[in-house]
Amino acid sequence: MSLDKATVAKIARLARIKVPDDDLAALAGELSNILDWIEQLNEVDTRDVPPMTHVAAMKLKWRQDEVTGAAPRDDVIADAPEERDGFFTVPKVLE
Amino acid sequence: MTLIEGRTGEWECVIGLEIHAQVISKAKLFSGAPTDFGAEPNTQVSFVDAAMPGMLPVINGFCVEQAVRTGLGLEAEINLTSVFDRKNYFYPDLPQGYQISQFPLPIVGKGSITLDLEGGETRTIGITRLHLEQDAGKSLHDREPGATYIDLNRSGVALMEIVSEPDMRSAEEAGAYIRKLRSILRYLGTCDGNMEEGSLRADVNVSVRRPGEDLGTRCEIKNVNSVRFVQQAIEYEAARQIDIIEDGGVIAQETRLFDPSRGETRPMRTKEESHDYRYFPDPDLLPLELDAEWVADIKASLPELPEAKKARFMADLDLDAYDAGVLVAERETAEYFEAVAEGRDAKACANWVMGDLFAALNKAGLGINEAPVSAASLGALIDLIDDGTISRRIAKEVFETMWRTGSKDAAAIVAEKGLEQISDSGAIEAEIDKVIAANPGQVAAFKGGNEKVIGWFVGQIMKATEGKANPRTVNEILRRKLAD
Amino acid sequence: MAGLADLTLAEARDGLRNKDFSALELAEAEITAVEAARGLNAFITETPERALAQAQRSDARLAKGEGLALDGLPLAIKDLFCTEGTLTTAASHILDGFTPRYESTVTAKLWAAGAVMLGKTNLDEFAMGSSSTQSHYGPVENPWRKAGEDRPLVPGGSSGGSAAAVAARAGLGATGTDTGGSIRQPASFCGVVGMKPTYGRCSRFGIVAFASSLDQAGPFARTVRDCAILLGAMAGYDPRDSTSADVEVPDFEAALSGDVRGLKVGIPDEYRVDGMGGEIEKLWRQGIDWLEGAGAETVEISLPHTRYALPCYYILAPAEASANLARYDGVRYGLRVPGDSIDEMYENTRAEGFGQEVKRRVLIGTYVLSAGYYDAYYLKAQRVRTLISRDFTEAFEKADVILTPTTPSAAFAVGEKMDDPIAMYLNDVFTVPASLAGLPGISLPAGLSEAGLPLGLQLIGRAFDEETVLRTAGVLEDAAAFDARPGRGVGE
Repeated sequence: MSLDKATVAKIARLARIKVPDDDLAALAGELSNILDWIEQLNEVDTRDVPPMTHVAAMKLKWRQDEVTGAAPRDDVIADAPEERDGFFTVPKVLE
Repeated sequence: MTLIEGRTGEWECVIGLEIHAQVISKAKLFSGAPTDFGAEPNTQVSFVDAAMPGMLPVINGFCVEQAVRTGLGLEAEINLTSVFDRKNYFYPDLPQGYQISQFPLPIVGKGSITLDLEGGETRTIGITRLHLEQDAGKSLHDREPGATYIDLNRSGVALMEIVSEPDMRSAEEAGAYIRKLRSILRYLGTCDGNMEEGSLRADVNVSVRRPGEDLGTRCEIKNVNSVRFVQQAIEYEAARQIDIIEDGGVIAQETRLFDPSRGETRPMRTKEESHDYRYFPDPDLLPLELDAEWVADIKASLPELPEAKKARFMADLDLDAYDAGVLVAERETAEYFEAVAEGRDAKACANWVMGDLFAALNKAGLGINEAPVSAASLGALIDLIDDGTISRRIAKEVFETMWRTGSKDAAAIVAEKGLEQISDSGAIEAEIDKVIAANPGQVAAFKGGNEKVIGWFVGQIMKATEGKANPRTVNEILRRKLAD
Repeated sequence: MAGLADLTLAEARDGLRNKDFSALELAEAEITAVEAARGLNAFITETPERALAQAQRSDARLAKGEGLALDGLPLAIKDLFCTEGTLTTAASHILDGFTPRYESTVTAKLWAAGAVMLGKTNLDEFAMGSSSTQSHYGPVENPWRKAGEDRPLVPGGSSGGSAAAVAARAGLGATGTDTGGSIRQPASFCGVVGMKPTYGRCSRFGIVAFASSLDQAGPFARTVRDCAILLGAMAGYDPRDSTSADVEVPDFEAALSGDVRGLKVGIPDEYRVDGMGGEIEKLWRQGIDWLEGAGAETVEISLPHTRYALPCYYILAPAEASANLARYDGVRYGLRVPGDSIDEMYENTRAEGFGQEVKRRVLIGTYVLSAGYYDAYYLKAQRVRTLISRDFTEAFEKADVILTPTTPSAAFAVGEKMDDPIAMYLNDVFTVPASLAGLPGISLPAGLSEAGLPLGLQLIGRAFDEETVLRTAGVLEDAAAFDARPGRGVGE
């Protein structure tokens, strides 16, 4: 599966990873190679085979509706790159 | 059919609503942090809610129960197996970079809601599905010019997303839908429906078409937080779309926001490509399995819901559709009314509740749960009218007194103030004679054919007896005397 | 007391009980060993003060005869486990400065059993790699060198730091994580024992997530017994992990009966791959002989979908990772690179914060989940995964345990295979299938290559049957009598 630069740029945008224009072609090549290699899965006949979501046949366990506590605010914002008045701050988001 | 008159003909507006309802629970959907509203920023955040490295979700079974309860209240199919998916997108108040939601296999399937419209009309609107998902935190854009402030208290609170079929055709219907849904949720105790606090939010899908044609392109107006705004947004949006089409343009499918200060919708600035959510089943969770018996138990324990209660009020208590509809709108009101009406004349009780009680509550800005006059007290007051102790007019005064002073004892107030009704015909006759004698002109007017003068005479008698004369007795004797 | 670092975990445990030496002495010896091994770059953070404090508490308990299961035993911890109060980096620039205020369940269990923390070991960034060269903190070196050569070799990955530390006697044991082979493959390259238990056996709570449906914590040590001891302390149901298995933890050490008579050992045809060196084949053959000699029976089995395991893995793991790594966005912790808008901030932070391999996998993962490709890639891979799992289920009707080589080659040089990601991915060809099926697997050193490098054999068992895997591994270990030591690390 060949990815062109435009597609790689689009994926990089979706993943919020900046890829400089100069690097797009090389990256497209790398990713295309990997995807080509992955293509061999098409050789497998998977009609009527259910997708596997979990390795063990377990049932999802439910927790009780109990407040077990919030983390102390100091711990929550301890490593924050930027915070003010107890809030995390980021560049202004325009809606 | 509700149609909108455009420049080139008639248009039909098609509306679908996606309501996000915060689940009433003590803890969040996948963590043990509390869900209270209004706490100091970032004080109700667990490490899971903050998406710290290595943190994992564990589902709150009560939130599952609340979703099932809601689904049953909406007469919907409960899916015994459902799956949680990751909905992937970047936003600073979405710490994980994905929201745990449900996409192809939601917990609740198709259901319906019956709307109460004007004039006693009803309409059934389809519910497409209901699913559970995490709420995001809050972004505050107005605290500082160059920055957005993030509070994660709300991050991870359980939401039920309730999606309607595009069955609504007017702002009125949309308003009735929200009101009815809100009422059902409050009856069930699964959501408090408080739109100002954000526990109920609406995404409104609006499109227009010529009657009989296929659906037009729709626009989604996100996060509208009052019924009035929903209605304004629909009206604005429908008009906007009709204008565009009549000018020869094409509707761009977009996500928009409603600006209450302008009464207008405008497009959001996020680009279309960011809507590739790349849903896939969340590998940190297993499929949600429900036990059919457990669901049946919840169904058996549902309270009587507004529709059923309204039907019962109409059938058993002989109330009309309008009165029944008003009384069942809020569970607390219905319960208050039922307590008052127990063993009494339902219509009279309905009048008291919908008239005097509601007026007093509105004036004081109180909810029915805060009424200083309890259902029992009001009932006792109504009994005093029934057994002739006081007239209705006096009862109003007593009610006011009870409201003001918080006294529970109507009988005591009546006794203390000597408000007992005067039914003694002798005493009444004496007063009537006095008034007749003092007002020959009015008597003549009556004899001359003016029926309305009776009212004036009654008023005078009432004044003379401080309102305590039994009105029926007054009327009987008065008419007899005037006929002479 | 340099000799103390040379003891096995079990010997040290006994020595402490017998009061042959104190936990403090043992910790000091290990701390010295960690310092001596610095040339390997196996540790990102050393925690000698904490180790000494823990050792003192161990001594107090041991003195009262109240020794806990792992009291006083110094361990190295892969820097993917969140350790409260200690820097945790996942070998990534994007987690600069991140100091967890919480402990992973697995490490909490180890400390509750009295173990002592020597430090956090180096790894491939976010556990993505098979060489431990993809680290913001520089590559890890294998304490083994090829005979007569000076070139540094890779220890394997992603848990290369842990494997190298144990091989260099800088830690009696270590924790690792295994998603596609990240414990077993470095164990093989470093000549130590490494085990990936059944998926769900150990809790993932507090482990920096890479691929949620595949990640599993597991032990490294120099003997099978030591691994059994460590696994027993690490394993157990955790209600904070919804994928944690609510099953009893057996006494893994007691499973080492040494008896494999009548055991059926499956030999999968499809694991004979092209380009697998003659040495590997020979070692595998040798393993068969050893087990047959001990009374086991070998049976030919077929795992027909084996060759599709790697491409399957390289769809599923990156897909899950692309979502698991979305939280590294510069908002709440770690690195933030400024930008004029929020999106620019995200893009700059993640571009600078993530290394090349991580970026590649996040992009692949994003692509295979994206609109229009989900069915063709992700869903397809999940179906193939079912087939791979079914292969094992059927095979386990004929066999009780499966024997394979661990890796298709011995350790390669640092810098090799860097040009072609796929060449790197092929290192995991024998380990990935068991990961996809969630089955327990162990690697133990079985011999040396002609160049003098360790080669490992792998045993794969039924779900939650680590006991049979360990028992069989114990017998192989005795037969192999592997006592070679690496050139670097201890004694330098």
